Amino acid sequence: MTPLPWLVEAAVAALLLASGVLSIVGAIGLVRLKSYFTRMHAPALASTGGVWCVTAATIVYFSAVEGAILPYAIVVSILLAITAPVTTLLLARTGLFRNRLAGKDVPAAFGGNPGSSLPKRD
Amino acid sequence: MSPLLSTLTFVAIGCYASAMALALWRLLRGPSAQDRVLALDFISVNGTLVVLVVGLRFASTMYFEAALLMALFGFVASTAMAKFLLRGEVIE
Repeated sequence: MTPLPWLVEAAVAALLLASGVLSIVGAIGLVRLKSYFTRMHAPALASTGGVWCVTAATIVYFSAVEGAILPYAIVVSILLAITAPVTTLLLARTGLFRNRLAGKDVPAAFGGNPGSSLPKRD
Repeated sequence: MSPLLSTLTFVAIGCYASAMALALWRLLRGPSAQDRVLALDFISVNGTLVVLVVGLRFASTMYFEAALLMALFGFVASTAMAKFLLRGEVIE
């Protein structure tokens, strides 16, 4: 197998390192931040920046090895880009709802019912 | 694969493993239940990243499908747990 051009190797190496650093910064934020609603921001570093960097590294490496563009790994990051906001939104509503139930100092719900963050069920 | 890239894949997997260990601390300690769900979601995203990097290391595209399935099941699991905490049941 012929060695890859140094530019490709440097790009893949930088993207892998960036992804690892982003992921570990997100984990440190998850551990060290003070309140739940600030802690929710930290994992987004891994699920956006980390995943996009690994996907870009994979695409660059396989395209250089095969000599053609192989963009299949992008499906993973597209799937995570769709699903991560849904999870984050649900977890934010969960935190709000449970803090209201516990009587913490959070914004009140619309409609005057202090316990509900979703519309009432019929 | 060159020695540089081979080493760097190990470094990246080490970073993900440390991130998972830190999130495990939050998972075990987390003051509230939603903190634990958040940490589990983070761990599943990191597992997906590990599978992608292993696929890069062994130069096989078979790992993409595994990463896709891990991302999908992680999403389903965290959504179901968040929905359970929010409403007391998963499917209404």
